[in-house]
Amino acid sequence: MRVVSQPVRKKDAMALVTGKPVFMDDLAPKDCLIVKVLRSPHANANILSVKTDVALKVPGIEVIYTWEDVPQERFTMAGQTYPEPSPQDRLILDRHVRYVGDPVAIVAGENEACVDRALRLIKVEYEVLPAILDFHQAMDNPILVHPEDNWVVLCPVGADNQRNLCASDESHNGDVDAVLKDCDVVVEGTYHTKANQQAMMETFRTACYMDAYGRLNIFSSTQIVFHVRRILAKALGIPKSKIRVMKPRIGGGFGAKQTVVAEVFPAFVTWKTGKPSKMIFTREESQVASSPRHEMEVTVKVGAMKDGRIRAMDVYTLSNTGAYGEHGPTTVGLSGHKSIPLYGSLEAHRFAYDVVYTNVMSAGAYRGYGATQGIFAVESAVNELADRLGMDPVELREKNMVREGQVMPAYYGEQTNSCALDRCLERAASMIGWKDKHPCRDMGNGKVRSVGIAMAMQGSGIAAVDVGSATIKLNEDGSYTLLIAAADMGTGCDTILAQMAAECMECSVEDIAVLGADTDSSPYDSGSYASSTTYVTGKAVERACAQLKERILEVAGEMLETSAEKLVFAGDRVETLDQSASVSLAEVGFKSMVGNNHALQVTESNSSPLSPPPFMAGAVEIELDKETGHVEILDYAAVVDCGTVVNPNLARVQTEGGLAQGIGMTLYEDIQYDDKGRLRNNSFMQYKVPTRLDTGRMRVEFESSYEESGPFGAKSIGEIVINTPAPALAHAIFNATGLWFKELPITSEKIAMGILERSKNAEKTPF
Amino acid sequence: MKVKIVLNGKTREDEINSDQLLIDYVRSHGCYSVKRGCETSNCGLCTVFLDGKPILSCSLLTARADGHRVETLEGLQKEAEEFGAFVADQGAEQCGFCNPGMIMNAIALFRENPDPSEEEIKEYLAGNLCRCSGYEGQLRAIKQFLEYRRRGGESCE
Amino acid sequence: MLKIKEYVKAESLEQAYELNQKKSNCILGGMLWLKMSDRTVQKAIDLSGLGLDTIEETEDSFSIGCMVTLRQLELHPRLNEWTNGAIRDCVKDIVGVQFRNLATIGGSIFGRFGFSDVLTCFLALDTYVELYQSGVIPLEQFVGIKRDRDILVRIIVKKTPVKCVYMTHRNAKTDFPVLACAAALSGQTDNCRGYVVAGARPGRAIRIEIGTEEVMRLRKGAYTKEDLRSLAAGLAKDIPMDSNMRASAEYRSHLAEVLLFRCLSTLQERGGEV
Repeated sequence: MRVVSQPVRKKDAMALVTGKPVFMDDLAPKDCLIVKVLRSPHANANILSVKTDVALKVPGIEVIYTWEDVPQERFTMAGQTYPEPSPQDRLILDRHVRYVGDPVAIVAGENEACVDRALRLIKVEYEVLPAILDFHQAMDNPILVHPEDNWVVLCPVGADNQRNLCASDESHNGDVDAVLKDCDVVVEGTYHTKANQQAMMETFRTACYMDAYGRLNIFSSTQIVFHVRRILAKALGIPKSKIRVMKPRIGGGFGAKQTVVAEVFPAFVTWKTGKPSKMIFTREESQVASSPRHEMEVTVKVGAMKDGRIRAMDVYTLSNTGAYGEHGPTTVGLSGHKSIPLYGSLEAHRFAYDVVYTNVMSAGAYRGYGATQGIFAVESAVNELADRLGMDPVELREKNMVREGQVMPAYYGEQTNSCALDRCLERAASMIGWKDKHPCRDMGNGKVRSVGIAMAMQGSGIAAVDVGSATIKLNEDGSYTLLIAAADMGTGCDTILAQMAAECMECSVEDIAVLGADTDSSPYDSGSYASSTTYVTGKAVERACAQLKERILEVAGEMLETSAEKLVFAGDRVETLDQSASVSLAEVGFKSMVGNNHALQVTESNSSPLSPPPFMAGAVEIELDKETGHVEILDYAAVVDCGTVVNPNLARVQTEGGLAQGIGMTLYEDIQYDDKGRLRNNSFMQYKVPTRLDTGRMRVEFESSYEESGPFGAKSIGEIVINTPAPALAHAIFNATGLWFKELPITSEKIAMGILERSKNAEKTPF
Repeated sequence: MKVKIVLNGKTREDEINSDQLLIDYVRSHGCYSVKRGCETSNCGLCTVFLDGKPILSCSLLTARADGHRVETLEGLQKEAEEFGAFVADQGAEQCGFCNPGMIMNAIALFRENPDPSEEEIKEYLAGNLCRCSGYEGQLRAIKQFLEYRRRGGESCE
Repeated sequence: MLKIKEYVKAESLEQAYELNQKKSNCILGGMLWLKMSDRTVQKAIDLSGLGLDTIEETEDSFSIGCMVTLRQLELHPRLNEWTNGAIRDCVKDIVGVQFRNLATIGGSIFGRFGFSDVLTCFLALDTYVELYQSGVIPLEQFVGIKRDRDILVRIIVKKTPVKCVYMTHRNAKTDFPVLACAAALSGQTDNCRGYVVAGARPGRAIRIEIGTEEVMRLRKGAYTKEDLRSLAAGLAKDIPMDSNMRASAEYRSHLAEVLLFRCLSTLQERGGEV
């Protein structure tokens, strides 16, 4: 291919590296009211009174809103396709505050200083209620996070607010109990992962203003312009037709911006006052009042025969959605549906879950979306199984892993039409030097070098739900404009989709201008999440281009006084089959604007009945200091099957970035609440996103399968890449220490104290 | 209070609040490349040069820059383009929000230590967080840029 | 959020001292810590115009102005030569170059922060602080004094011959230390003293003197690995530890044994002659 599969430079790259003003706060109107919210200091409380009179007198204060001022119909901030599975459990401001950080009042004023002053002068009287801070205690607790009558859930997800249940379900294939009973070895473990923050460098932020037509314009750093429009219409109680949502360049999302975290507050202010406003979350707010990963506890039972045949898997997940249910019913599903199917040999499986409400910050969507948590559990259990069987973990996987053409009962019965997982594993093992290095080498200085391995899968969009669309039009100079509502958040999808268009239209990427996303001018797209854009929207681009070519041939046919069937599209021109006559594309473009009845603009949508999984294998080599417990990552080998690699540079950097985040959650990024429900990791000082000294060397390769249903054979890559570090590192740490760590992060303290304790126990019972 | 600051080569006199931070001063003068990523001096996004040295503009009072030279990426466009092209050719710019700070600090590194080792590169840029790239693409870009300079500025392709 | 009503660039130490006597006024260090505080300062007093941003070496000491940045310390060849690179080691992990170009030694030492790498390291050296009002006092004494409204003008490191090692354990490379340790052999051959220092306990750094006999053995290189381990363990036992969000007291005590052992081993390897 000419353009697809090339390492094309991102279309916005030079603007970004030279620091051009392309982000929300660089472009927002200069006279915006500054919007901030007063946040609850209590984990669970009823507001008895809010006194705003003194605060309102601060010069420059425009308005202060409390729970009495907002619409009373509940909504959810989760940005998924309607009817959204997350319960409708929010108000813009609620009289009942449910976590430390829950908004109590909205303040808008001329500048930051006066707003800060007013925030201090608001007096709130609370009736403090007992809180549920431990998610094990949540289900059927007499304390109810959502006791209210107008709590609604629009989808049958097993939710029950009277039991603190946000969702609950069970699915199975075969008789898992019977098969487990028949197995030679059953390994069981419970794995705990925490509510990690996406920690994108640009915090949540939105600017709003009214336009000439009296419509509310939302200019936001979001992955989901169309869902924002729907959610705001409901939250504000106004028609969708009154709202337009646009996004500029986004300073990272990773799923965080698939939830309407910031938008409602300035939207409400601008709608009410008619004045432009903006809200920019501080880093502290982004840490304590946002949409992190769901804390989960995943219990796995895996059963196998002595010969290494894995026969059954039983997975139960307890997920903590926090104070509100954003993405609660959906993330949990992936903890089983995208971990169990890694093993094609299963005779039976069961997957059950409960998602509970608690009085901590609401969770949301974070890259991997439940799969990360489930894969940590399942892959760790399989590594432990290998140890119990005395079998090489690579060999054990070779015996059992899912292969191309297999039906995956735990993955909604989908078949793997494209799967190079076997090649990924083989290559990752060989890159890391598995045969020589497994399990470990004592370096003789208190340090051990060891290796660990894991596999992963994800999806490519949400089957039969996600819609991707593209509009492409020919301009009079023969160039094209591609309009999309997929959201480039640094991932490069503007460029990737332009590459596909350029491949189809036989032109260069420079000939394709990309515009998006804007609910007024872009065709409908669910947005960029669930690893959907390349696979789902990409196919829409392919289709739109095919349609546009036909239209171009029609116009050219009229110009050349022949029929379209006798013409061929040749990139920069259209010519007759015998090459005796031709018109340039620019002439066709020009013609489309003079006496023309065929719009040289096409919109196509695509929704796939499938969500073909990308696959990967990750292998890591570490050096572990047995005295301090410090883990140094020496080498990380990752091999990915994302189908056709549309842009090798961008796919590689996606992989490296995902690995770094996975390494962060495994070793450094901790979530610690105090006994009052206050999150202590409320800054980059206390939440340690890895620096370039913490991540180690990474090497990425691709083993491509070809996915028939995807554009040019492509699947997805955005999320899968975060899934291997946790199980691979836990495995390497086991190989170095003989200890399994089942709770993240695996800190040096846990390792060192674990080693110490074991040696003490060994002293007590020497044999 | 009054301050006189040479911002990207131009002398400016301004009336400022005593507690204004330099990041807000430079942004108010259109230097939008300077970003805020945290409040705890940990992210490096707000890096500017004060008398040629890289500092965190979120942590310096504008008042303290009185009588000094301040440079942002807006004043270093040629260098930004030259080195930035190598970042772009890796796809390592990703979301771009941390780029200006990282590129400022990389330029500081190249001036201070024209031939840094891999370890020196990582150490010097340790205060520049990036959540997208995993840092490896940035490292490749830096190495290729240094190689390009070693060859007298000719492309190493 | 920090509010500053008035910024005053001090013209003399005397003026700065007088302004600083009011509780609502405040001396500016590197401002990295102060910036995060939520307070209103009437007059912020800046010492940066007083020429206190240099490191001067004389026959018998290094005199370090309070406005000297951590980056200056890191890059100072003579100071690092004198301390076997311990000064560089104690600052190099602090956040990043840009941060260290702002953070000052005055701010680090005056704050007497528990997590301070700088305080830990300088306590292992023959260090004095010069205060505007109270004059020159040993750093160890200064550490015990409650914060008052005096001004820290200079840090003086006496050129007492020294062998020095600095080590930390951090959860992530540029995070605060979980534990910081320094060890030093200091003084002439016939009058040599040994110290270990532990900081980030997480409380303020404390210094413990090593017995004369042990110092002699160290200098002779007479310790076996096992003996050194028990020496380190004995010293670690006397260091009170606490828990915070970075680690438990138990882990810190364990780390103290490990890091002190490593520090002492390095000291012994570097040989007897101080």
